[in-house]
Amino acid sequence: MRDLAAIAVFVALVGALLASTGSGVMLNFVTMALYATLLAQAWNLLGGYGGQFSFGHALFFGTGAYAQAVAQLQGGLPAWLALPLAVVAAAAVAAFVGALAFRYGLKGSYFALVTLAFAEVFRIVALQLPFTGAGVGLMLPLQESAAALQFASPRGYGFLVLGLVTLALLATAWLRHSRFGARLQAVRDNEDAARALGIDPFATKLAACVLSAAFMGAAGAFYLQMFHYIDPGIAYGPTTSVEALLGAIVGGMGTLWGPVLGALALHGLSDATRNLFGDLPGLNMVIYGVVLVLIVTFVPRGIAGIGLSVRRLWRGRDD
Amino acid sequence: MTEPLLDVRGVAIAFGGLRAVDDVSFAVPAGSLSALIGPNGAGKTTLFAIASGFLRPDRGTVRFDGRDITGRPPHLNARAGLTRTFQIVQPFAGQTVRENIAVGAHLHLAGRREALAEAERVAVRVGLAPQLDKPAADLTVAGRKRLELARALATQPKLLLLDEVLAGLNPQEIAEMLPVVRGIVAGGVTVLMIEHVMQAVMNLAEQVWVLSQGKLIAQGTPAEVTRNPAVVEAYLGHGTAARLLESAS
Repeated sequence: MRDLAAIAVFVALVGALLASTGSGVMLNFVTMALYATLLAQAWNLLGGYGGQFSFGHALFFGTGAYAQAVAQLQGGLPAWLALPLAVVAAAAVAAFVGALAFRYGLKGSYFALVTLAFAEVFRIVALQLPFTGAGVGLMLPLQESAAALQFASPRGYGFLVLGLVTLALLATAWLRHSRFGARLQAVRDNEDAARALGIDPFATKLAACVLSAAFMGAAGAFYLQMFHYIDPGIAYGPTTSVEALLGAIVGGMGTLWGPVLGALALHGLSDATRNLFGDLPGLNMVIYGVVLVLIVTFVPRGIAGIGLSVRRLWRGRDD
Repeated sequence: MTEPLLDVRGVAIAFGGLRAVDDVSFAVPAGSLSALIGPNGAGKTTLFAIASGFLRPDRGTVRFDGRDITGRPPHLNARAGLTRTFQIVQPFAGQTVRENIAVGAHLHLAGRREALAEAERVAVRVGLAPQLDKPAADLTVAGRKRLELARALATQPKLLLLDEVLAGLNPQEIAEMLPVVRGIVAGGVTVLMIEHVMQAVMNLAEQVWVLSQGKLIAQGTPAEVTRNPAVVEAYLGHGTAARLLESAS
């Protein structure tokens, strides 16, 4: 209940901000921070609560983006009908890759490598296939109307992504208070003990993988609607995979608000460094990297973990 | 005679050249409290792993509750009412005691609230009630052993395989644990325990099997097996039984 109340407050505040702000910079910042939150929260479902560290979540993102584009361009479907298709396509790819990886018991770095490899395979395949536009990519024709999920004002995209983030937060809250979530965390913490208690680790991890991928697919579809263009590098390149996992890790894995905080912090940081040092190309990335190293070294449980540590200190307990 | 709850027949498994379990047969009657003892490395835990489905035997069969379950995965066995605990305790460290036990309770209860309530009831049974909201990682060894027991108990098993729940406990803690184990059996759960603490085995078990180097070397009541020269030699070395007898006379 507390989770739901907190989500309601968060959505109301961000919604009010989106509705009231007159600043284009602010609007753009909030929209892109929400987009980063969506990626991080999607990764968190499998990585944070399931303990399966994917290094290739772009696999699902790209599949969603391409499905969204192909359904409209080749299938002639309206954008709002293409969106659920994009989600299903990403989930289907996750079911296939997850079934392969979990069937053979791949864990830890092996699972990370397999997901990374699949993302690369899909990138190379997308470079060759005609219906993905090969290396040229796919361009969504401009058609500004709410039914086409294209908006004249950036505000529309802000609300669209806020809706998706809300769904991701609700899914996370459900994980925290359901049998499935309890089982997923049990598998994450100790697979053998979970098996002895009647939990099927394969089915549990696979379901989490599919759920996580569904949100990545939605993020991909959103990306296409907002930027009207996708190519193999954007879709399946490592940038999105890294953005998703960094947001969750920096913010705090396996927490409801960690990915939100992480995405906001990283996005704010990258914006700030770009604005401050934009005339010295590359310096912004150096600073970004240094801050990342500092966070991972000194706040291993993420930003959300700081609060937890302080609370424990307050109660006079130590780890 | 009714069929035993757990019936292990001619089970064998080898790891490379080592015959960890070699042609072992035994039967656990429903409602009993039995123990499996033997020196370190005798193959007791391996035998547990075979019985609960974590390992598939090279030869032999395992029957539980009238069905052949040889090699059936552990989560299916748990659903059928056969579960085990681990010698090296395996708590879900990031979660509280209540949440840990609820994972077991979820086997038969879908609702979160029901599972958490059941977790509380089970915690009372094993004496963990005061620690319900502690992180599992903060428990003492004795607390973790109880948690291990509580989690398994929450799945409402017919047969519970306890792998050294008393190891690492001090005499006081052992004395506190004995009534808990007895209470579980009184509650209708059949228990087979691996145990090194002989005082506890003598106190609790109705029947004992002795495993040494992968083979069953003796069985009977605790008093019978401790008098058995083969058992004494397995523990204390070849020729010891004769020397002990000599010094006694």
